[in-house]
Amino acid sequence: MALSTRTTPFTRVLRKPLKMVAAIPAIYFILAALLIWISFENPNFPQPEVFLAFLRRATPLLILAAGQLFVIVTGGFDLSVGSLITLTVLGGALLTDGNADRTPLAIVTLYLIGLGVGIFNGLVVSYLRVSSFITTLGMLIALKGAALLWSGGAPAGYLPDNFRIFGRQNLEGVPYLGKVPYAVIILVVYSLVATYLLHGTNFGKKALAVGDNPRAAALSGIAIPRIRIAVFVLSSISAVTAGILLGGFAGVSMNVGDGYELEAIAAVVLGGAMLMGGKGSMPTAIAGALSLRALFTLLNLLGLPSPYRAAVQGLIIIGAAAYAAFRSQSES
Amino acid sequence: MSQSSPPPLLQIRGITKQFPGVLALDNVSLECYPGEIHAVVGENGAGKSTLMKILVGAYQPDHGEIYLDGQRVHFHHPRQAQQAGISIIYQEFTLLPYRTVAQNIFLGREPARHGLIDRRAMVEKTSELLRRLKADAYISPHALVRDLSVAQQQIVEIAKALSLEARVLVMDEPTAALAAEEVNLLFDVVRSLRDSGMAIIYISHRFQEIFELARRITVLKDGRHVATVMAHEITSADLVRLMVGRELEYYYPPYATPEEIGETRLRVENASNDFLKNISFELRAGEIVGIAGLQGSGRTELAQALFGVKPFTSGKVEVRGRITHISSPLAAIRQGMGFITEDRKREGLALRQSVWDNVLLAFRALQHMLTPVRLNGAGGPDVRALTQQVDLRAASLSQPVQYLSGGNQQKVVLAKWLATASEILIFDEPTRGIDVNAKAGIHQLLRALARAGTAILMISSELPEVIGMSDRILVMHDGQIVGELPAGASEADIMLLATGQQLLAGEKRS
Repeated sequence: MALSTRTTPFTRVLRKPLKMVAAIPAIYFILAALLIWISFENPNFPQPEVFLAFLRRATPLLILAAGQLFVIVTGGFDLSVGSLITLTVLGGALLTDGNADRTPLAIVTLYLIGLGVGIFNGLVVSYLRVSSFITTLGMLIALKGAALLWSGGAPAGYLPDNFRIFGRQNLEGVPYLGKVPYAVIILVVYSLVATYLLHGTNFGKKALAVGDNPRAAALSGIAIPRIRIAVFVLSSISAVTAGILLGGFAGVSMNVGDGYELEAIAAVVLGGAMLMGGKGSMPTAIAGALSLRALFTLLNLLGLPSPYRAAVQGLIIIGAAAYAAFRSQSES
Repeated sequence: MSQSSPPPLLQIRGITKQFPGVLALDNVSLECYPGEIHAVVGENGAGKSTLMKILVGAYQPDHGEIYLDGQRVHFHHPRQAQQAGISIIYQEFTLLPYRTVAQNIFLGREPARHGLIDRRAMVEKTSELLRRLKADAYISPHALVRDLSVAQQQIVEIAKALSLEARVLVMDEPTAALAAEEVNLLFDVVRSLRDSGMAIIYISHRFQEIFELARRITVLKDGRHVATVMAHEITSADLVRLMVGRELEYYYPPYATPEEIGETRLRVENASNDFLKNISFELRAGEIVGIAGLQGSGRTELAQALFGVKPFTSGKVEVRGRITHISSPLAAIRQGMGFITEDRKREGLALRQSVWDNVLLAFRALQHMLTPVRLNGAGGPDVRALTQQVDLRAASLSQPVQYLSGGNQQKVVLAKWLATASEILIFDEPTRGIDVNAKAGIHQLLRALARAGTAILMISSELPEVIGMSDRILVMHDGQIVGELPAGASEADIMLLATGQQLLAGEKRS
């Protein structure tokens, strides 16, 4: 750093704060810059109600990114989540068919499906030694097919209000903020639990070690299949949760989950996780997901048509992966 | 064999090669005549492989010259050496498993007709090569390489060398992976090549083969040329002496005293698997037992079997007097075992994780998944104390281990097994790739651990280390423990066992 070579009193005073700032992950600055830019384009944006509505729309992706990060730190991918979202929304409508009494059972059923998908992915990757990319790509296609079969090719049934409450309704009378969407509350709880799981438990540390060096992890006694199954289950459960929220505010359609798998991966990579595994942070991954959403909002405000989204997203994945490769090269 | 002294086909003169920190070759010379099999022997690290890599142009020498047919040659790439007629057959093969024999032999230089591969010509030429090697009876040009035995694959490699019109053939431990009957197959081929006037450099650890095949033997030691002798003029005992004679200028910690050695921690009886035959030994608290043996003798396989990586399939293993079946590393760790692998980076450490997390890697494997991570050592192992115990030098415990030196990385691996309070530690090459000073530190640590009551099994290919550290030495050969020697045994004694000499006891050569 150029500053540290000249020790004027001024730089000496500044050095420590500068070092502390340099230690903050870049994604937070990117996020802050995007939010500020959006505020310039839309002066209403900083108001609690508007901002919370933005956060609510971002919630499914943020939850999905949290789940995806568990898989990515072990050195895998989960591409099946997009179709699982679609299946959740369509399945929710079919299972309840607008009948509020059936909602609890429907939700339990959907989570059981998610559990099954996660376990299946984990088993195939662990024991059949198929790469997670191929396994979950196959699952992506299979689940989409299952959703089509189940619904007969077109969305059928509709979601009762008590199913949609999570994505649509607000908690009223919160001090300072007024009403807070349930989705945002779920998001906060989810983020805290996910952060604790990855950074505060043995499980998270083992997952990182497995992604870093599976052979060393196995020789240290870590049961790798269990870890792999657990991370795929977490990712699938996240997808079901995201699906239930999306069903709440987006409604029932055949392509509600399309593309979410890639957005989640882009978000996690933007949040500084290494695609080869062994490195990732839950708070920055969630910040990455929020940044991606903020970027899309900004592109909208700037009047750019939606195909830009896809292009930008692709470039982010390539750029972030290239940056990570460059960084790991200069490290070794 | 009486040579009417034709000029040597190959002359290597005064080759010197310096690697960072090691003088790998110091003024080494060697020559090989047409129709001669010239064996090159020496301990691991004596410089044999480096010399051969220089010969074929994979490395460039710092000094020295190579002459082929009296002409000075410079090779900058193995392909140039091949074109000049020098081929090498490595221990690992370079054949493509899903291609046929013919396709492999002519890979990249397929005979062509009208711009298309002329398959018939390729097969015919292959048949001709195999006939010259008298191998056409058991190798078909159409066979897939993956369906061939190791010896047959080796013969395909030789056929490939023949097709390149090789006049000098280097064979690096060609029999390391062969069964006894396959060895004879290979020897027939090698002899017929010799009789056709090829110059063959034959690198091997196995004395029996050397005496059977070679006309002359060159001994290398620590990168220097010790002697070149006629095979029929030297005994195997003298050859061993030439290979190992070296002074110890390094001080090892004292051996265990009898009262420091305690109860039996590990007892193995008649245990076998695919690599190991009838392994029996005991390991007691407080002692360091060294495992010596040449490459491929089954040393690492023994460690892997004990630790449940490639478990024993028969026989009995007792840990602390109780019969146990160790089928996975986790089971071994539960029995109080730890395994410090040969390759730290690939097998010992999660490089991007912190020192702290690496030290706790195995301990956490024993804990429930949802156990919270302890940040201050309360209730779990005291990471700070452990890193002090192994004398780790790291900027901080949150530093990723990839930035540590080799010696410090090894200390982190060691701390990992201290964190699980291991009572039996298996070290595979504990000081490989570690500089001399850090080596002394690791040796002191090993002895301190033994003195504190840990039972230690130490595999090492460095004989001075085995001799300097071990309270007892087990010598392996061909997947078996062929002998036990007391503390301070001589290198010659170990080498005699390790090269399978006791198996030759009844034969006339002595």
